[in-house]
Amino acid sequence: MNINTTKIISLLFFIFSAFYLYTAYQIQVFAFDENAPFNARTFPIYLGYAGLFFSGLKLILPDPNTIKIEHKSLEYKKTGILILIAIIYGATILKVGYFLTTSLFLFSSYYFLGERRWILMFLLSFPFVAAFMYLLHGILDIYLRDPFLQSIGVMG
Amino acid sequence: MIEGILIGLTTALTFQNILMVMVGCFFGTIIGMLPGLGPMTAIALMIPITYGFDPATGLILMAGVYYGAVFGGSTSSILLNAPGVPGTVATSFDGYPMAQQGKAGKALAIAAWSSFAGGTLSAIYLLFMAPSLSKVSLSFRSPDYFALMILGLTAIAAFSSKGQFLKAMMMVVLGLMLASVGQDSLSDITRFTFNNMNLTDGISFVLVVMATFAMSEALTIILKRNDPTSAAKQVSLTELGSIKINKEERTKMYKTIPRSSVIGFLIGVLPGAGATIASFLAYGMERNVVSDEEKEKFGKGSVNGLSAPETANNAACSGSFVPMLTLGIPGSGTTAVMLGALLGFGVQPGPRLYMTNPEIFWSIIMSMYIGMVILLILNLPLIPYIARILAVPKNYLIPLILFFSVTGIYVMSFNNFDIYLMIGIAVVATFLRLYDFPMPPLILAFVLGGLMEENLRRSLLLSNGSWEFLWDRTLTACILVTTILIVVWHIYKTFKRKN
Repeated sequence: MNINTTKIISLLFFIFSAFYLYTAYQIQVFAFDENAPFNARTFPIYLGYAGLFFSGLKLILPDPNTIKIEHKSLEYKKTGILILIAIIYGATILKVGYFLTTSLFLFSSYYFLGERRWILMFLLSFPFVAAFMYLLHGILDIYLRDPFLQSIGVMG
Repeated sequence: MIEGILIGLTTALTFQNILMVMVGCFFGTIIGMLPGLGPMTAIALMIPITYGFDPATGLILMAGVYYGAVFGGSTSSILLNAPGVPGTVATSFDGYPMAQQGKAGKALAIAAWSSFAGGTLSAIYLLFMAPSLSKVSLSFRSPDYFALMILGLTAIAAFSSKGQFLKAMMMVVLGLMLASVGQDSLSDITRFTFNNMNLTDGISFVLVVMATFAMSEALTIILKRNDPTSAAKQVSLTELGSIKINKEERTKMYKTIPRSSVIGFLIGVLPGAGATIASFLAYGMERNVVSDEEKEKFGKGSVNGLSAPETANNAACSGSFVPMLTLGIPGSGTTAVMLGALLGFGVQPGPRLYMTNPEIFWSIIMSMYIGMVILLILNLPLIPYIARILAVPKNYLIPLILFFSVTGIYVMSFNNFDIYLMIGIAVVATFLRLYDFPMPPLILAFVLGGLMEENLRRSLLLSNGSWEFLWDRTLTACILVTTILIVVWHIYKTFKRKN
């Protein structure tokens, strides 16, 4: 059996399916539902077995289309930074507010991706977010929580 | 019926109503392009406005918004690979690759014409077949629906290129597993939440679709930034290309549109099925009927692959009006919102709607067609401007895609957890995409998961746990036989190719 990354993913999916199946069997159902033809755990159990079946087949059968990836050419660092910025954005959006966090997220993302046209970066972050926020909050009446704007009295 | 059509035309062609369709189409397109805001939200936003009008005008406005939002959703699918609504996911399979090849204008034009043709044909079907189709749709039972879901998921084989069937099936199972998270719909027992309250309501569709399509696409572009082939793709991304559809492409569309419109309309008629299943099925069926040479182009910018789901989703939109108007049963979430609005107007949909309010029934049907024409007139000239979104350099485009994705989730839940979950799913999806695991099957399975479990539950309870329900009814058996035939056909084709 040729071990490649696709096989490793299939093995991980096999383990995941086994865990899913185990958890499915642990679902607590009502006593009167225990022996019913269908209860809350029936469908997940079928899914667990289906996951084991398909990933098992993928593991056993030969893989004619082996995918080779040049890891050296992949930009792991920039992708990682972007993910990290997105996580920080997610962590602060509720506490700080939509306007400031979104604008800073956009500005910093442009920067880390190599952009240095400061005026354009500014225009496509702060004023852009303000306009978008006006569309959502002002025109479409979709509530956007923003403690920062509330604290400086811009938003009611 | 002629009298009814004339009443409908008279009502729909008043200045006020034409204006309403135009306004509806325009705002629908804008709202549909925003991630997280699909036709359902767009219509819901219009309800307070419509109460100022008479019922016919109000519904005409909503029909305009509906079609506009569906087209708007297609635009973001094609240009950004960010389908905001389930019905336009299949559009991105070939629409986005086409845009990547520098044919964004053409892709949008094909989508606009296909939507128009699908909507027009389905308006004709609706005109003549609404009463009889309502009876057919009522004959569908849970086992038939369950079999239909299996058929939909089997059509997934159509999405997998050579040697990817098992990968596609693994993604189907993963999609169904994700859909099973949260409260069980009947007993309210929580499943796979691990005592996390944020998972009690399950994972939202917009979250999964944004993570697996828009966000993971953005991450993949950054990840493969130094890859020469992806750099070439980026150069072509900035090209709009012509919006003219040449003779060869038109010929392909002439064949695709009629069959996809029939599939779309018939699926749309079934309560609960809707545009999503219709577009996926049309895509799958189209791939099965085209030549081997064309089949290879699917997923890489095929004209048929783009035209089929676009035709079907618009045809399904019209089809979903059949159960709503004739039976009072909404065919989709969107028509459910419209049904609520109808009841708010004091109009009770049902078989007697023809007699009690013929002007409403026929004017909606007529305005659908007028809506299609106006949508085309409004959107075709705007395509070069809409497509300029692609000319935005990727240093700006990528953060903007991430911003739209996060905003889409944020406005829905106001919850940090959902944002983390989306980022987590996007990272996994990016990794899976690197190794050619297809995402469309995961999305379709996720959408169908709840419905599938519900129909399996009813079928098994009615048959007292026996699986005989699969062949007890002729209709169920026919659908399952079709499913088996598709699988057998694919196995046969694979062996033939190998030999």
